[in-house]
Amino acid sequence: MSSTPIAETSADRLSTALDLTPRSKSPFAQLMSDSLVIGWRNLLRVPRQIDWLVGVTIMPLMFLLMFRYIFAGTVQMTLPQGVSAVNYLVVGILVQGIVFSGMNTGYGLAQDAKEGLMDRFRSLPMQHLAVVMGRIVADMAIAIFTTIITVLVAFAVGFRPTAGVGEWLAAIGIMLLTAFVFCWLGAVIGLALKTVEAVSSIGFSAIMPLTFISSAFISTDFLPSWLQGFAANQPFSLSVNATRGLLNGYPDVGNTAWLTVVWWIGTLIVVVPLTYWMFKKRGES
Amino acid sequence: MPNAFSGEFAVEATGLKKTYGETQALKGVDIRVRTGTVLGLLGPNGAGKTTAVRILTTLLKPDSGEAVVAGVDVLRDPNRAREVIGLSGQYAAVDEILTGRENLVMFGQLYGLPKSVARQRAVELLAQFGLTDAGDRILKTYSGGMRRRLDLAASLIVAPPVLVLDEPTTGLDPRSRADMWQVIENLVADGTTVLLTTQYLEEADRLAHEIVVIDHGLVIAQGTADELKTQLGGERLDISVSESTDLAEAEASLQRLAARWGVENAEVVVEPHTRRLTVPYPAGSAGLMQAVRDLDSENLHPTDFSLRRPTLDDVFLQLTGHAAEEGTGSYE
Repeated sequence: MSSTPIAETSADRLSTALDLTPRSKSPFAQLMSDSLVIGWRNLLRVPRQIDWLVGVTIMPLMFLLMFRYIFAGTVQMTLPQGVSAVNYLVVGILVQGIVFSGMNTGYGLAQDAKEGLMDRFRSLPMQHLAVVMGRIVADMAIAIFTTIITVLVAFAVGFRPTAGVGEWLAAIGIMLLTAFVFCWLGAVIGLALKTVEAVSSIGFSAIMPLTFISSAFISTDFLPSWLQGFAANQPFSLSVNATRGLLNGYPDVGNTAWLTVVWWIGTLIVVVPLTYWMFKKRGES
Repeated sequence: MPNAFSGEFAVEATGLKKTYGETQALKGVDIRVRTGTVLGLLGPNGAGKTTAVRILTTLLKPDSGEAVVAGVDVLRDPNRAREVIGLSGQYAAVDEILTGRENLVMFGQLYGLPKSVARQRAVELLAQFGLTDAGDRILKTYSGGMRRRLDLAASLIVAPPVLVLDEPTTGLDPRSRADMWQVIENLVADGTTVLLTTQYLEEADRLAHEIVVIDHGLVIAQGTADELKTQLGGERLDISVSESTDLAEAEASLQRLAARWGVENAEVVVEPHTRRLTVPYPAGSAGLMQAVRDLDSENLHPTDFSLRRPTLDDVFLQLTGHAAEEGTGSYE
């Protein structure tokens, strides 16, 4: 041990000259600053778990390369004349990647519970929802990072969007909103389940069908008829359609974009209070 | 200390009850800790210690009962209570992937300290806990003792008047345990009130001014270590016997001897693995030599032999009918 023997510490050395009075803040200001503190803590962990970061970055890249080189030819046959299958698929993969990264929130919260950090946070005079929000701050940053990498690789393998600055900004807005919503949904899963393993397997099993029974990879017209209604109208498909329309310059995308925003804001109105309630409840059992 | 508390009892909990499904974890527990002293909450796994600690530290709401810590009503004003209670121990961890310093700065900020003060406080605490050199290493590289010290430092950031330590030395090697005891004694010398849960009777004996023994969700005994030991009366005679001696016969012999020494229906404790037997040996008996002669008269020839004062282990065994450190190991 490189430390000095603790027995040398005498009682008077435990005293302090610092002013340890907490700053008084409004609950909202405290929630914001606590969320940033916890978000920063979560980001500090990322480069020290580099294998994890590599894992979450590689997954969307694998999807991208497999769909680009294995399925693009087949998907091309289902598309109207003049629509590029690569442009079509890349957007589906981007939004799918974003949705999966929302599960990191659930995974992270379950990890904190397992390691006993959740109880430490609960024992502090802080705004406790910041534990979830700080997780989301970090997971949004990670999602942005992995999405940028995916977009760069997509450019390298033939992604050629036609969007101007305005469309890009709108598409980015929709992707960020989608990421934010799925982080909250991930939080619900993370708080509902007891183990990290259950969160990753159940999270994966819940999201996989949502992203495949959708317009992400193939037009919903080609799905079995009993799935078409759900696939075409579920909000994940709307997110993909809106982002795809904006980036690739498809006509009449405005309504889809607005409908997506309405869906996701509606979801947040339900899920945010639910998360808060679950977080409180979980501590009391 | 900014948070000094001057009332008579720094912790006052009355009638705490908590039921999980079918299990009554606490059946009406009272705990009072005199300001500036250490109270040891003792009990086997599953006795209700952790449940009581979780209630006192705002992590859990009881079904009924009252809890006041440093004058703050824990149930009605949990956020204020969190400012006056430091919690450290097995279920309140620190971040293994951050450095010691990063942990302390983070917790300091979450206590509402401005970042510059949180940083200075981290420097101070790292020095006070002998962790300055290790401050910029991530916790995964720490030894068990260093990790516990950092955990304790994290609970002292705002110098709370009351510290709750949940099994602070479980799993530590003897030297780290002794270090930890020294730190706790320093804190108490500094005026901190400590509520400590432990399965180690030696720890309660060394640190606690008063001991509360709980089992199956009820307080079954209370007092200083000496008072609890005195309740048992007399000394204890330990003998170890060789493989060739039949344990049941040895037990019967000791019972006969105890009767001769004036202890009716004496409880002889037999530990089959160590081949050790323990029997009460009342005060005023004729001493070691007589005991040896009496053993010889019963044809008992121990390989090892000692006469000692009762330990808290004996108290515990007497009170609960089982040893302190055994238990189901289930999370309460």
